[in-house]
Amino acid sequence: MTKININLISGRTIQQGVSMEAGKEKENYMTSCGLIELDQADIHQLGIMKNTNVRVTSKFGSVIVKAILATQGPHPGLGWIPMGPWANMLVDSNTYSTGTPTFKGTAVTVEPAENEHVLSSIDLVLKSCNDV
Amino acid sequence: MSKRLTDIICPFCGTLCDDIEIDVSDDGKQILEVYNACAIGSEKFLHVQSPDRITRPRMKQEDGSWNEITYDEAAKYTAKVLCDAKKPLMYGWSSTSCEAQSIGHMIGEQVGGVLDNTATVCHGSTLIAMQDVGIPSCTLGEVKNRADRIIFWGCNPAHAHPRHMSRYSIYSRGYFTGKGSKSRKIIVVDPRPTDSASLADEYIQVEQGRDYELLDAFRAALKGSPLPKMIAGVPSEKIYELVEILKQGRFVVIFFGMGVTHSLGKNHNIDMAIALTSDLNNYTKASIIAMRGHYNVTGSGQVLGWQFGFPFCVDLSRGFARYNPGETSSNDLLMRGEVDGCLVIGSDPGSHFPIGSVKKINAIPTVCVDPHMTPTAAISKCHVPVALVGIEVGGSCYRMDNVPIDSRKVVDPPEGMLTDAEFLDLVLKEVNKIKGDAK
Repeated sequence: MTKININLISGRTIQQGVSMEAGKEKENYMTSCGLIELDQADIHQLGIMKNTNVRVTSKFGSVIVKAILATQGPHPGLGWIPMGPWANMLVDSNTYSTGTPTFKGTAVTVEPAENEHVLSSIDLVLKSCNDV
Repeated sequence: MSKRLTDIICPFCGTLCDDIEIDVSDDGKQILEVYNACAIGSEKFLHVQSPDRITRPRMKQEDGSWNEITYDEAAKYTAKVLCDAKKPLMYGWSSTSCEAQSIGHMIGEQVGGVLDNTATVCHGSTLIAMQDVGIPSCTLGEVKNRADRIIFWGCNPAHAHPRHMSRYSIYSRGYFTGKGSKSRKIIVVDPRPTDSASLADEYIQVEQGRDYELLDAFRAALKGSPLPKMIAGVPSEKIYELVEILKQGRFVVIFFGMGVTHSLGKNHNIDMAIALTSDLNNYTKASIIAMRGHYNVTGSGQVLGWQFGFPFCVDLSRGFARYNPGETSSNDLLMRGEVDGCLVIGSDPGSHFPIGSVKKINAIPTVCVDPHMTPTAAISKCHVPVALVGIEVGGSCYRMDNVPIDSRKVVDPPEGMLTDAEFLDLVLKEVNKIKGDAK
C-alpha cells in the first residue's frame, strides 16, 4: 500500500474555532478538526481520492483522520491538521527546556485507511488514555 | 420586545473586541442576536444558552457515568485533592478573570502548587524571549493610528483573530492612516499561503522551521551585508526588496504567532524577531506584538507577574516562587510524572496537550472547572461547570497588547450556578480548614 512521508503542522482554523465554541463533544468539532489537509501533489502520490480516511503516524502516536484537499495551499510535502486532540495524537511532548511542546514540524507517514473511522474528540481521548 | 446592550467585550481571543452589541430578551435572560462579533465570538455568546448545557458539578463513577453533587461537595473534593498532593498542578487560568486568578493563586500558595497558564503551550517561548532580550512594543491603538508597515509572521489572523485586521492592523482608518489598507503595506511570512496571505501585498513562503535563518537574513540585509542566493526557501533579492519597503515605512509593526513559537528554535526565533525590530529602529519606528490566543492569557501572565515575579509555570512547592521552563512547566512535570493532583480551570489540556501528557492527567485525580463538556472534563474525576466570564459575569481581562479591559455581564447564568471566583472561594475556605486542622 502507498505511504507518503510528510512534515506536519497544526494551528487554528475558523471552523475549528466555531465548532470548539459550539461544543467539543459535538460531531461538528470532529468534522472540523478530525482531518488532514494535503496538497494536491501529495494526494496524487498517495493514490487516494480526496475525502478518504487515512492513518497518520508519527514516532509519538497514530490517528485516523479524513484527508481533504488543502484549503490554504499549495504546500507540497506539508500536511495540516487543525489544532485539537487529533493533531495532538502525533505531537512530541518534548519541550527542549522551554515548556512548549513541539507542535509544528512533526515527521509523519500517511497511508490510506478507507475502512477505519474517525473518532469523536471524547472517544479518541478516552480510548487513548485507557489503552495505556 | 428586546433591548440592545452596547460596548460588550468579546471573551474569545486576545483581540478583546470591545464594540459588540447584543440584543437580549426583555427580561434580560436570553441572548437573541449578536452584532459585530466574528463567527467564533458569536458562537461563544450564543452557546451559553445551549439546551444540553451542564449546570451542576458531578463526580465520575467507577463505570464512567457521572453522579451529580453540590458545589460544596465539589469544593471539598477539590481541596482534598490539592492538599493531599505533594505537588499539585493548577493549570489553565486563561479563560477566566484576573479576580478568579488571584483567588486561585492564594490556593496555590496554601497547597504548594504549580501555577501554569496556557502560555505554556502557546506564547511561553515568547515570554522567555522577552525576559532574555526585552521587547519594543506598543498598543493596538498605536498600530491602528500610525502603523504603515505590518508584518504577520507565522500567524493567520484571518482564522485565529478574525477581527484583528479590520479593527487594528489592515483595514482600520486611524489618525495617520486615513486611507485604511491603502495606507499600509502588508507582508505575510508563513509556510502556507494562508487566507491572511491572500490579503497581503507581499507573501513569503518560508520553509517550515526556518524562521530563525530568515529573520537573521532580514537583519543582515538591513545592515547591507551580502546574503546567499536562497535563505529558508526565499531568494535574497526578495529579502533586500522587503527590507527597503520596511525602511521606507514610518512605523513598522511585526505580529507573530505559533508559527515561530511552536517550531524548533522556539524562544530563539523570537529573540531574532525582537532583534530585527530593534534594528529597524535605527531607520524608522518599529514595534513587535505577540498574537495572544485566549482572551485573558495575557492577564494571567500579568497577575502571576505581580504576585510572584514570573509570567507562567510558577512552582510554589518549596514555599517560595520558582520558575524554570522545561522543569516547572506543565508538560515537563506531567511527562516526568512529578504531579500527583490536578486542577484545570479556564482551558482544555485534554484537547490541546500532546496525548502523552493527557494520559498523565488521566492517571491522577483531576478536577476540571469548565462550563462545557470537553476532553479534559471526560478524563477528570470531578467536573465543575461555572458561569462564563464576559457573558454571565464581568471581570478584568488583558488584551494582547497588555491593555486591561473590564468585561461585562450580558445575561444571568443558569439558576444556582457559581462563577469561577465563587467556586475558588469555596475551595480556598476548605483548603484553609484542612491546613488549619493540620496546624
